[in-house]
Amino acid sequence: MLEYNDKIREISKKILKECKVDLVIGFRKGSVPMMNEPHVVKNPDDVDKLIWDSHCGINLANYLTERKEKVGIIAKGCDSRNIAVHIIENKIDRDQLYIIGVPCQGMVDKRQITAKFSGEIQSIIEKGDTITVSGNGFEEKLSKTDVLQKNCAVCTHRNPVVYDELAGDLVEEQRGVDRYEDVRAVEAMDSEAKWQYFDEILAPCIRCYACRNACPLCYCPTCFVDESRPQWVGKSIDPTDTRTFHFLRAYHCAGRCTDCGACERACPVGINMRVFTKKLEKDCKDLFDWEAGLTIDVRPPLDIYRPEDPDEFIK
Amino acid sequence: MTIIRIDKKDWAPGLEKLNSSYRLFGPVKEQDFHNFKELAKGEQPDFNCLNTRLSPKSIVQPQSEIMLEFTLDESQADHHIMKEPAVNDKPRAVLGIRPCDAKAFQLVKLNFDTLEHKDVYWLRNYEASTFVGLACDNPCSACFCSTAGSGPYNEEGLDVLLVNAEDHYLAKTLTPKGEALLKSAGWQATIEPGAAEAQIAAQQKSAEERIQSRVYTDNLRGQVTNELYEAPFWEEVAFACINCGTCTYLCPTCWCFDIQDEVHGCAGVRMRNWDSCMYPLFTLHGAGHNPRGTKTHRVRQRFMHKLKYYVDKYDNGIQCVGCGRCIRFCPVNIDIRDVIDKMNTYGTCQVDQS
Ligand code: SF4
Ligand code: SF4
Ligand code: SF4
Ligand code: SF4
Repeated sequence: MLEYNDKIREISKKILKECKVDLVIGFRKGSVPMMNEPHVVKNPDDVDKLIWDSHCGINLANYLTERKEKVGIIAKGCDSRNIAVHIIENKIDRDQLYIIGVPCQGMVDKRQITAKFSGEIQSIIEKGDTITVSGNGFEEKLSKTDVLQKNCAVCTHRNPVVYDELAGDLVEEQRGVDRYEDVRAVEAMDSEAKWQYFDEILAPCIRCYACRNACPLCYCPTCFVDESRPQWVGKSIDPTDTRTFHFLRAYHCAGRCTDCGACERACPVGINMRVFTKKLEKDCKDLFDWEAGLTIDVRPPLDIYRPEDPDEFIK
Repeated sequence: MTIIRIDKKDWAPGLEKLNSSYRLFGPVKEQDFHNFKELAKGEQPDFNCLNTRLSPKSIVQPQSEIMLEFTLDESQADHHIMKEPAVNDKPRAVLGIRPCDAKAFQLVKLNFDTLEHKDVYWLRNYEASTFVGLACDNPCSACFCSTAGSGPYNEEGLDVLLVNAEDHYLAKTLTPKGEALLKSAGWQATIEPGAAEAQIAAQQKSAEERIQSRVYTDNLRGQVTNELYEAPFWEEVAFACINCGTCTYLCPTCWCFDIQDEVHGCAGVRMRNWDSCMYPLFTLHGAGHNPRGTKTHRVRQRFMHKLKYYVDKYDNGIQCVGCGRCIRFCPVNIDIRDVIDKMNTYGTCQVDQS
């Protein structure tokens, strides 16, 4: 994906110079391996700081909420879908945006790669599908396909859905992937096994809310877990409160979540909270044939009412 | 100071003995990273660990700690009266704590143990603990302890320093508490200090040489607080931050907490939970005003507290030991080393020092 760099810089420079936008949101090179930092460029002479590689997993739509300026933004498939959700939910105006679309080939999973080596990883170099990982006393080549973020491995919308200009040719979408194998495995458990499974997944949670804060959907001015009058949820790491946070957050994201994976990526203790959001994603697909963020014209199923709704209970 | 040789074959039997008089804590690997946990009987601390994901601060300042208990049941004579809960004051042995994390307790102590105020909860846990450090022969690339007032063999805050040698540990006894622990484990084999010290010094030198990351903090104290506060770089530093608080929860030197009452049925507790200046709620006033209303305010607070207010208040260096956790686990790669550099060089012309 490195080949996008020149084009990203060229477009960014152009739109800044022509005053089409006041700023461009992208990534700059990180200070540690497998990390890049979301970054804003305002001066056309600074566009060389912008980079793109397989470590740009943070969802940049998160940086658009309520912005007043004209914004250029670099968007891979899932970012563009979350931008669409933002537009539908009036968090940003389509006319304010100049979207530089990046056809994506997946982001690599920092955790999977780290777990493969006992020593500390000191550098990562990517070239096409090959990733060379090296550290103190070791060097190994990995195939990028084998170490993709879990959500990227089953992504079916790598190409941006809304954009003004592309930084590269559209890529072929992955076909025949089974998006919901993990969800079906949980669905097949009996209630007790499910409960235990959820408890196990959530046990390490420290309630830092990095998952929520990395999520572009979680833009509420005061999140329900932060309300104090009334206080819905306790503040300690009591398992009931932790579960309440995760289950409710997942419901708040139903029909809106694009499975961009920013939540799981941000979690400092590696919790797979996507299992909850994905269940609701699957339900939306099964019940409403709905996938979030594919259009800026139709509101998501859970925030509309139709008199012809086939279900009795809602009438 | 004496140096004791602990053969590795005597390690587990020694822990077994310690078990009767201490609660043992050590790094344990669960899933794919280590954390400090209370060890079950017979469980071994795993020293094959670069450092724990969370700092060991929770041993002294748990994420949630009950301070007082009460009942709302009016049929009880003592209803609505706050009472001390039962306290487990059995001594604790913290095994394999890294020197940076042990030094962190010293920095925090300045805040929790002052002439005017003593935080009884913190001090009770701290005083019950004996810190058995493990010298760091394999520092990570984001560690900058040796320029943040600590170092891979730093002894401050430790009661014993263990140095890993092939089939044994060299245990440097640093305090009477440490001596008592070694004795109670039955580790008593003193060795000729000359050779042992030379070996420790050699290992220390090689560990220090492996620290690649440095910070300069010499100008921080001289900087004018308001000028730093108004410096133009905060917007840029804060842009990427998602205010998740990971940096402060993982940090061994962050000490902030929030007090909450929780009631279940008639039984209630007053507890304190970790809190973070990264959260909007941290400074939200009852009347609705928030003096740190934007993320830039909050990011600035974190760095100003650690690198300026603390420095000025205690004249004891920065409130950071260079453990590198916030650098490695910030989801958006905000790097305190860059911010230290920005703050330290602010307003000075950068003369070529070569
Ligand atoms: S990021 Fe991880 S640890 Fe933090 S609240 Fe979310 S699941 Fe819990
Ligand atoms: S500020 Fe960062 S590097 Fe410093 S002690 Fe805290 S976590 Fe470690
Ligand atoms: S940096 Fe923030 S959380 Fe940490 S001790 Fe200071 S004010 Fe508290
Ligand atoms: S870990 Fe990073 S993103 Fe999270 S609050 Fe700290 S600096 Fe901000």
